[in-house]
Amino acid sequence: MIQLRHAQRLFTVGDQVVRALDDIDLDIATGEYVAIIGPSGSGKSTLLNAIGLLDRLTHGSYLLEGTDVTRLSDNELARTRREMIGFVFQFFHLVPRLTAAQNVELPLILSDVAPGERRERVSEVLKAYGLDDRAHHRPNQLSGGQRQRVAIARATVTSPQVILADEPTGNLDRASGLDVVEMLEKLNRNGITLLVVTHDPELATRAARQIRMVDGKIVSDTGSGKSQ
Amino acid sequence: MIATDVLTYAAGSVLGYRARTLLTLLAMGIGVASVVMLTALGEGARRFVTGEFQSLGTHLLIVLPGRSETTGGPPPLLGETPRDLTLDDALAIERSRAVRRIAPIAVGSAGVSYREREREVMVIGSTAAFLDVRRLKMASGRFFSTSDPRRASPVCVLGAKLKHELFGAGPAIGRWVRVGDRRFRVVGTLASEGRSIGLDLEDIVIVPVAAAQALFDSYSLFRVLVEARSDEAIPRARRDILRIIRQRHEGEDDVTVITQDAVVATFDKIFRALTLTVAGIASISLAVAGILIMNVMLVAVSQRTTEVGLLKALGASSGAIMRVFLAEAAILSLVGAAAGVAVGYAAIRFVDQAYPLLPLSTPLWAVASAVLVAMTTGLLFGVLPARRAAKLDPVAALAGR
Repeated sequence: MIQLRHAQRLFTVGDQVVRALDDIDLDIATGEYVAIIGPSGSGKSTLLNAIGLLDRLTHGSYLLEGTDVTRLSDNELARTRREMIGFVFQFFHLVPRLTAAQNVELPLILSDVAPGERRERVSEVLKAYGLDDRAHHRPNQLSGGQRQRVAIARATVTSPQVILADEPTGNLDRASGLDVVEMLEKLNRNGITLLVVTHDPELATRAARQIRMVDGKIVSDTGSGKSQ
Repeated sequence: MIATDVLTYAAGSVLGYRARTLLTLLAMGIGVASVVMLTALGEGARRFVTGEFQSLGTHLLIVLPGRSETTGGPPPLLGETPRDLTLDDALAIERSRAVRRIAPIAVGSAGVSYREREREVMVIGSTAAFLDVRRLKMASGRFFSTSDPRRASPVCVLGAKLKHELFGAGPAIGRWVRVGDRRFRVVGTLASEGRSIGLDLEDIVIVPVAAAQALFDSYSLFRVLVEARSDEAIPRARRDILRIIRQRHEGEDDVTVITQDAVVATFDKIFRALTLTVAGIASISLAVAGILIMNVMLVAVSQRTTEVGLLKALGASSGAIMRVFLAEAAILSLVGAAAGVAVGYAAIRFVDQAYPLLPLSTPLWAVASAVLVAMTTGLLFGVLPARRAAKLDPVAALAGR
């Protein structure tokens, strides 16, 4: 479903060109569980952002479900993000003035879903993640684990095909981190493609496929055979 | 994003940042309120003054001695005083068919005393027609009768305040008062007028014009009030007056005729210009409020960079983000304008009750344009911050950069 060819993302810092992604070829099939690991600055977040259409490639091609997304306009990219991709961030990124339910509702609002259906789907998702008694709490009234669960609920409420998680446990204690990981893995078992960027080797080994990046290049890929 | 969601979301953030919202509303409110109040004052003054002039009477012309106009010829070396306007001139004017009646006015000031009380007041000498021309009302007694205006009957009419000061609550009719060095019998007292421009009709004594002329030993009139037969007759009355006076004054145009309409129209113009000017000055504060909204919105965008990044990651288009921030600016300016209108009207009501004489009212065009200017400046100055938000790079924005 994801196919990158000669993908390059260059940044100019001062008069130096930094190759955050340096000629990457990558195939990820639908339903895979992939961990992206590597030292900081190795380009793993850039890779995730490029796959999530938040960032554009400088060179190379990117086919998402057969569509060449490098040719899409900003509005079409926004729509593709709305419909196909869910993000989970290290710092949760919940809107502080909105309640848990309202935060989960946001992507539905952006997708023009009618209010009645929105409420139904939000309460469904909140129940599924055991958050129904926290629906009207604001983020600052929730624990870290609960916040990340709200964020996952928000990422999945539109039923995307891909979940992109950038250090989802980076800000959580062990127990709630494990809780979050199990939640994401359950989604994956139900068919969602899951990409996790992590520092944590223990978390990485749980994934069926591990991609190691150094200096913008993929240096090892345990599952490359499967994707070819 | 559908329109109601844009509004709800924007309203949420307006409510979410209370201090910021209150400050913006305050600025916008002060701007709109000042436009509403200042135009109300300007309009009130205009109505007051034109109302005053209209209350002088209808179809009125005022004849003044002297001519306020430069003609050719050498400048007068010696003080060339105009010819006096006399009682005979006034009576000659009355013969015009365009004129219904005239009231000659002689003015001076003298002490008026009754027993041990004495007041220095204005003495007006006129004829019986004065009452009708000036639309005055009597509180008690009668005005002096329409007999020969050349007769200096020793009768007088007192203004309400003077009557009160000389006689208190007691009766004045039939009593003799001393005006200057002559004695006059009080035949009537004027009803309290409240207000009148030019002359304070509360604190006067009115005597027959011939008596006044004798009192002040002067045969010159202060002016002559002329009431035309109708509005249409005013131009003809004016021509007749000028013709009659020219004949009587050996071909000299040495009087000035003012028509009441011209005076009213002039004041009307002056006060309209004044109202527009204050409205213009007040609307500068609206522009300032607009700039404040821009400032506040720019701060909002940089405070909420990560929120914008998140919205983008969730799939919000640039257009949707722009609409959200524009809606915020619109809500701030609209609510501010509404608050301003409310405060403005409350202040007007307050002033109205404190000074019932001043007919305060804001013209609707002023309120409408104030609100319109508030909305436009708010939106206009909201565009720049909204565009900045829409253009943020989502990756950098999410990182809080």
